[in-house]
Amino acid sequence: MIKSRIHRRLFLNTAFRLLIFGLSAAALLPLFLILADVFYKGIGVINWNFLVSLPRATGEKGGGISSAIVGTLMLVGLAIGLAVPLGMAAGIYLAEVRRSRLAYFTRLAVDVLQGMPSVVIGIVAYAWLVRPMGKFTALSGGVALALMMLPLVVRGTEEVLKLVPATLKEASAALGVPHYRTVLRVIIPCGLPGIISAVLLGVSRVAGETAPLLFTAFGNRFLELSPLKQVGALPLTIFTYAMSPYEDLQAQAWGAAVVLIVIVLATNIISRIVITRWKIQF
Amino acid sequence: MENPILRTESLNAYYGGQIALKAVTMAIPERKLTAIMGPSGCGKSTLIRCLNRMHELIPGARVENKVFLKDRDLYAMEPTEVRRMIGMVFQRPNPFPTMSIYENVIAGYRLNSIRIKRGDQDVIVEESLRKAALWDEVKDHLHKKGTFLSGGQQQRLCIARALALHPEIILLDEPTSALDPKATAFIETLMEELKQSVSICLVTHNIAQASRVSDWTAFMYLGELVEYNTTEKIFTVPQDKRTEEYLVGKFG
Repeated sequence: MIKSRIHRRLFLNTAFRLLIFGLSAAALLPLFLILADVFYKGIGVINWNFLVSLPRATGEKGGGISSAIVGTLMLVGLAIGLAVPLGMAAGIYLAEVRRSRLAYFTRLAVDVLQGMPSVVIGIVAYAWLVRPMGKFTALSGGVALALMMLPLVVRGTEEVLKLVPATLKEASAALGVPHYRTVLRVIIPCGLPGIISAVLLGVSRVAGETAPLLFTAFGNRFLELSPLKQVGALPLTIFTYAMSPYEDLQAQAWGAAVVLIVIVLATNIISRIVITRWKIQF
Repeated sequence: MENPILRTESLNAYYGGQIALKAVTMAIPERKLTAIMGPSGCGKSTLIRCLNRMHELIPGARVENKVFLKDRDLYAMEPTEVRRMIGMVFQRPNPFPTMSIYENVIAGYRLNSIRIKRGDQDVIVEESLRKAALWDEVKDHLHKKGTFLSGGQQQRLCIARALALHPEIILLDEPTSALDPKATAFIETLMEELKQSVSICLVTHNIAQASRVSDWTAFMYLGELVEYNTTEKIFTVPQDKRTEEYLVGKFG
């Protein structure tokens, strides 16, 4: 009797373990299929030339995606420059003043912004910047991406700073340190690894955005370093090349996809490393 | 008592509408160790938090009447100035996790942007760590993070951090309640040495600790200062029935 019960339990134990392994493998499968497919189709066109040269005229063989890589880096850089100061400030506010009307509405607004479809954000950036300035610019693309990054930075900063123990604030206050300096020199340094990783996650999120760039950065075949001119971007290149009827451009679209995925994966991995390496023990 | 370092006059403290201290009048002697004991929730922590104006940091908390440091009215001063003159050590060791041992000790100066010469900093750090009986254990790794130390060492680091600002008095809020017996004994010995150079006010719920280390003992109950006298008298001839009952373990 007892023996059969134990057998039953052991059997169930094994069955559930297999089930869980199976399901988690199934959850990971799409990711690996995507990666494998993209790399299989795209790795062939990648070489040094592809990364550093400009696109050639349509129909001409060769050419690369340097303008798109530089454009993406520039757009992401602009987005970081705009979203990080604003987002950190808002996050610090939310972490410090937890229960006020303004904090409540800020949180609500941030959540709504997070749920905003990216194409709508693109249109807004178009209406705010492209129309009044009369031209497509890297700046407007940067603003669109910054709007997408902002909620991640705000919420990331808030969550991380909330984890800083109140005892450290007390320790600082008991030394006669004014509150603002406690925030700047005790609380933020404690949360810094977490904030950096939130920013990097934000970067990996917006680096692949296409919709908001369609009517802001617009794309550019030539290398452009001015934020007031239209610029290329990897997602835009992938979009246009993949839609084109030419096989070599389609192949290049896969190549650009590999580059984009590598950038996104790298930021994700770096953010992991930041979190584990700089882990602060409280 | 002659020339107390700190004295309160009919001090009331509130959390929102709730009263936590009822008309506490008490004088703390200079270069002695004064213990405040009492059961949980009796207001002993609230009392010492009023002495360095930490109480008012809690939203809704307020204080009535006065506290004097020698002749200065603490509630007429800037709270940050008060806290630099009155050091505090908390229940759980709380060294700054981003800072090294050295930086933790000198934190009172650095965080307040008080400029001192590099050489003077070294002197302050060594002197404070020696006073906190931690110097010999950490002198070879002053630039390691303070959080790598053991609990008892961390607490002594916090004591050194408080001493570095050369306070008039240090307030210890149950400094050994998170420590093991060995570390507790070490800190008790340390307190007895420290009182040669600085006044100490110790909050403890450990009756034995109060009797071992203090010169004066206060007993608090339900926000009131029930009895305050030399430790010898409190523990041998308590005047109030509640003190006696607390000491023999009838409540608390």
